[in-house]
Amino acid sequence: MIVAERKPFEEISKMLTGYKKVLVVGCGACVTICWAGGEKEVGILSSQLRLAASREEKELSIIESTVERQCETEMVEELKDKAQEVEVILSMGCGVGVQTIADVFEEKLVFPALNTTFIGMPQGEGVWTERCAACGDCLLYWTGGICPAARCAKGLLNGPCGGTRRGGKCEIDLEKDCAWVIIYQRLEKQERLDLMERYYEPRNYRAVKRPGKIEIIRK
Amino acid sequence: MSGLFRKTLETKDFIVTAEIAPLKGTNTQKVIEHIELLKDKVDALNVTDNQSSVMRYPSIGVCLLIKEQGGEPVLQVTCRDRNRLAIQADLLFAFSRGINNVLCLTGDSIDAGDHDEAKPVFDLDSVQLIHLVHTLNSGKDMAGNELDGKTDFCVGTSATPSADPIEPQLLKFKKKLKEGISFVQTQAVYDLDEFKRFMEQARRINGNTKILAGIVPVVSARVAEFMNENVPGIFVPPEIIDELKKTPKKEGAKKGIEIAVRLIRQIKEERLCDGVHIMFIGREERVPEILEAARLMSK
Repeated sequence: MIVAERKPFEEISKMLTGYKKVLVVGCGACVTICWAGGEKEVGILSSQLRLAASREEKELSIIESTVERQCETEMVEELKDKAQEVEVILSMGCGVGVQTIADVFEEKLVFPALNTTFIGMPQGEGVWTERCAACGDCLLYWTGGICPAARCAKGLLNGPCGGTRRGGKCEIDLEKDCAWVIIYQRLEKQERLDLMERYYEPRNYRAVKRPGKIEIIRK
Repeated sequence: MSGLFRKTLETKDFIVTAEIAPLKGTNTQKVIEHIELLKDKVDALNVTDNQSSVMRYPSIGVCLLIKEQGGEPVLQVTCRDRNRLAIQADLLFAFSRGINNVLCLTGDSIDAGDHDEAKPVFDLDSVQLIHLVHTLNSGKDMAGNELDGKTDFCVGTSATPSADPIEPQLLKFKKKLKEGISFVQTQAVYDLDEFKRFMEQARRINGNTKILAGIVPVVSARVAEFMNENVPGIFVPPEIIDELKKTPKKEGAKKGIEIAVRLIRQIKEERLCDGVHIMFIGREERVPEILEAARLMSK
């Protein structure tokens, strides 16, 4: 799932300065699950905005709405009537959600209320961790199902760096396991340690991240 | 300074190298003084590459100053700040200017330094970097294009003998050696029993690669504790910290040097490895004291 965090209230408030009619749009998919932009968070942010406006004696009318998936044009189009009534649409979706709304309602101002952070998974109450770097060249077959591109702080392909801390922790975060130490442990359990000795070629970045180049067409 | 480091590695019984940290700024006077002081006392001088991810004068620049002074430089190259095009271009330039030794490193994390908002590159990792240097040495670039004039670098890398757990590090070390490594300059060594265990494993992997134990003098218990917390790959054991705690503050540097000398002497007497690499960053002017006390002033 895509994990996101809400922007600081001050930043959102600053973007909305001078506007009186705002549609706050949540998304029922990933950002609902990571408690960042679902119906509940739309309610909380809207109340905060109303409260701040009344404290400053400013006029502000907010419409709240949450669509099933902000990344789908058809679902976003359902917002048509509400969008007509406002000056600004504040999206509480991921970056894709914001852009879908902006494409559907080209004449409207569409602002982001979230920072999209990573592709990850829930790890207990209120904790999400990154698990996939969307690199376009999945290596999980070789690494015991643990992704070094997403979980090694340097994205190294050929084993741990020399900075690994005592107890197999990451150089930059003592709370975090060194990805290559846990890959080693997993491969040892699977009796596949020979894979740790394999030389991995440098990544082919033509296949992976390069802004604007990624598109998949299925016929 | 006579001859190439590669030849020294083949012929010298106990090899001694030292590290020079580039300056922050353009005033090269002090670094030139350090080069002058050390170039004839050690077999080669390493120059760090934005060490600890702190932006500085480039390694290649100080390597050229060493060449100008008649010394033998080791160019440190990390994967953190440059992609494969930039690294190759730098290596071609370095070799064309007489820099013949390269130490291939991953590089500390960007988060460790003074530009922690920068984009970490890591287009390559250290094993791939070693592979790349050998590719240039064979007369081709990474894309397979012929070079008009190839390189002939003597290739080195690092290892972390105090890593815990050590097994994944050893497997990576094995990969590095398989790519072709003439010399290894290890991270700081303090616990010689631990180092002996590392060396046994390392020798089993490859008996020919010259391994130089990293020596980093610690000048106070506070510095040791700071290093343990903040410098990746360094672990100062509690016994040494206790020894420093018992030392009066103004004698800290002396004590640090004394401990370093003790380690070097034991390494040399027991032939634990092929030499030492002394890193006394910020106090390069005191390296000769260590060399003298450890009876390493062979030149």
